[in-house]
Amino acid sequence: MAITVTNVNKRFGDFVALDDVSIEVPGGSLTALLGPSGSGKSTLLRVIAGLEFPDTGRVEISGEDATAFPPQKRGVGFVFQHYAAFKHLTVRDNVGFGLSIRKRPKAEIREKVDELIHLVQLDGMADRYPSQLSGGQRQRMALARALAVEPKVLLLDEPFGALDARVRKDLRSWLRRLHEEVHQTTVLVTHDQEEAMEVADTIAVMDQGRIQQVGSPRDLYEEPVNEFVMTFIGPIARLGDSYVRPHDIELAAEDSDGAAARAQVERVLHLGFEVRVELRTDDGAELSAQTTRDAADQMGLKPGDTVFLVPRKSRVFSE
Amino acid sequence: MSTDVVTPRPPRRSGRLIAPVGIGVAVMYMSIIVLIPMAALMGGAFDEGWAGFWDAITSDQAIAAVLLTVKLSLVVMLINAVMGTIIAWVLVRDRFVGRGFVNSLIDLPFALPTIVAGLTLLALYGPDGPVGINVAFTEAGIVLALLLVTMPFVVRSVQPVLLELDRDMEQAAASLGAGPLTIFRRIIFPNLMPAIIGGSGLAFSRALGEFGSLVLISGNIPFQDQMASFYIYSLIESGDRTAAAAVSVLLLTLSLAALLLLSALERWTSRHAR
Amino acid sequence: MPAEAPAAAPRGDVTTIAPYRPPANRGATAARWGLRLAALGYVAAILLGPLALVFYNTFQSGFGEAWAAVTSPAALHALYLTILIALIAVPLNAVFGVAAALVLVRRRVPGRSLISALIDLPLALSPVVVGLSIVLVWGQDGWFGPATEATGVQVLFALPAMVLATIFVSLPFVVREVVPVLREVGSDQEEAASTLGAGAVQTFWRITLPAIRWGIIYGVVLTTARALGEYGAVRVVSGGIAEKTETMTLHVEERFQAFDYVAAYGSSMVLAILALVVVLAMNLLNRKGGGDGDHGH
Repeated sequence: MAITVTNVNKRFGDFVALDDVSIEVPGGSLTALLGPSGSGKSTLLRVIAGLEFPDTGRVEISGEDATAFPPQKRGVGFVFQHYAAFKHLTVRDNVGFGLSIRKRPKAEIREKVDELIHLVQLDGMADRYPSQLSGGQRQRMALARALAVEPKVLLLDEPFGALDARVRKDLRSWLRRLHEEVHQTTVLVTHDQEEAMEVADTIAVMDQGRIQQVGSPRDLYEEPVNEFVMTFIGPIARLGDSYVRPHDIELAAEDSDGAAARAQVERVLHLGFEVRVELRTDDGAELSAQTTRDAADQMGLKPGDTVFLVPRKSRVFSE
Repeated sequence: MSTDVVTPRPPRRSGRLIAPVGIGVAVMYMSIIVLIPMAALMGGAFDEGWAGFWDAITSDQAIAAVLLTVKLSLVVMLINAVMGTIIAWVLVRDRFVGRGFVNSLIDLPFALPTIVAGLTLLALYGPDGPVGINVAFTEAGIVLALLLVTMPFVVRSVQPVLLELDRDMEQAAASLGAGPLTIFRRIIFPNLMPAIIGGSGLAFSRALGEFGSLVLISGNIPFQDQMASFYIYSLIESGDRTAAAAVSVLLLTLSLAALLLLSALERWTSRHAR
Repeated sequence: MPAEAPAAAPRGDVTTIAPYRPPANRGATAARWGLRLAALGYVAAILLGPLALVFYNTFQSGFGEAWAAVTSPAALHALYLTILIALIAVPLNAVFGVAAALVLVRRRVPGRSLISALIDLPLALSPVVVGLSIVLVWGQDGWFGPATEATGVQVLFALPAMVLATIFVSLPFVVREVVPVLREVGSDQEEAASTLGAGAVQTFWRITLPAIRWGIIYGVVLTTARALGEYGAVRVVSGGIAEKTETMTLHVEERFQAFDYVAAYGSSMVLAILALVVVLAMNLLNRKGGGDGDHGH
């Protein structure tokens, strides 16, 4: 295990940021800490980095108990949401900073820095200042800087949060490709469920200072353990006590044993290939079902129609 | 039918005359208060031509006074650069009882009359002072007075920069292995440099022309501890207004040159921000 | 069926681990105290200590003597003169300051940076030089001296010259405080007002002025402090004749040279209290958004 966190608690005054959190991060994996604001994901990351100290608990990195170590001694690479670029240094000096701290010979630093600048595709920018780079370029520089010291683990705190949507998507896939190439143990904090699903091998969903579930993107989507995880990871529709994915709701013209409810079609939205059908059940509940264009055409769905809802797969969570 | 092209005229507005009249009055004001006296200063300095000007500023007493003034002002500037930064640091990064009070106090030298400033120092560090130190009529006394009147410049220049400093940079440096001293030396200090330089320039410029706080403390002995402002004063009293004007022009030039130089240095050290 | 609780490390003896603190760092604590002592010691030695001593010295001979000294005819006249000069200089500079700020920010006047530099000039000038320049204009051999002598109006060694000197040295403050506020407020509101039919004066009075009022107030406070406390320039142009052309600052010096320390300290104390009030006002106004820390003129 590259990182082992055991029973970590952390409060800020009255606010409980981390509530008895434990997690294991396998070496070479890309794990996402996913959750809404205030869920504790950034705090957990910073505890692992040594930028926050836990009230109780233990942090092990590469098998070594790092809990008492300051960030300097943990061998972590940290990338901040707002880049934390050293404004007064060039890109080259930024990337080489960690190496010059370790008093490496100039030639070695130069070689390594050039290698990394090439890796993150910032060739030609080496002598520019961060203020002359775009947000995406700055973040790539920050990544190169963190990788330069060959950290045991790479920690990314909402690294794409400050970037435009387009740049965010590009960097997301770029990060994934980089990880496939370098296989650096990486932990990524994000509130963007799509990002986590796209980039990570393993996702830990957090809420209110607790880890709700850890699993692969597919596991979380198909087998969520509670309402929070199911709601956070993907769209849901509620039928009484059951939670169903909109695309798991079959629409039938006639009643049957499997039908869970009867509903009236309110709107039919054609979103390209998918069709979203907005429904109101007899009980007055409003929900959406998702079906294909062909299926919708076949049924001839239009507002005012009465349909029966057959959930193909649903989950019920006890309190 | 005429085919004249009629260019539209801007509509008449009720206040159209206000701006020109206002500007005219402001210009007259500036002239009476600043421009004409400064012109008279220039004229007076060259009343006896370049030769007269040159003689006045190269007289032995003039050189002694100016050199002393520049020397002590440089010393004061350097002390301010260090202490001002430390004070700014403590006011921004530290927390202690009375911090707000001390912070307000820093502005006091701006508001305190210079003669009173000198008097307070003389009370504590003069012949009747309770701590047994007597800096009256010494260079140390002059330095002390100059330090008092220039105290706020570097502090107020550095404080806002410290407040705005991206703390993430320090944490990033820590995660890359830098200890606290290294972080200060390589991350914080370079980013404070422009502000320190700017504040130091203002302090130097102020010290150069200081008068009131030195009146009671300085012995004003020619060639020994006479500052430039006092030399000018003595020239005025003795009626040699040409020489007084000449040395004044020299002092002003030095002050402006220092400000320009340090301003350029400030811009150079912050070139990364452009 | 809900899934199992998330994978956890073996519990082992974790529950017996005591609460953690960041590793005790004596170096950091020592550094913090060192800096604190250096900074506070410096301020105490140079500023606070001397001031406190003057306050103490004033009352050393008893409250009665101090009061008598501060209310002597000379002292009272000095106070009167100081306030009179300030009452003339400050409003004039305030009006000029606002006008100059408007010109500098709202109009494309050629030579804006030159004008701005000229307005800042008093900050770089020694007070003695200021006084000299006024002497050169209004003195016997000065530019306007003979003319004013002919009309019987005395400028030098009288109130007019003292007012001129005070205006000169306190010129920049309102301008410098109003300019950034004016810039930040922007002309949008003024343009909106004009589209709604407001004339130039109305726009200024009802839109611009209220928007910049804290900048003006802050600038006026600084101007007043400077005007009340000016020494060097007034010294040169006034001749320092007691009960005639002595401001409070000159009075302090005169009493000190006459070895009347009680009077010197007493008047100093009055001036110091005024300065403290000004500083308090500055800090209160700063919180009202009137300042941005840029007072290291």
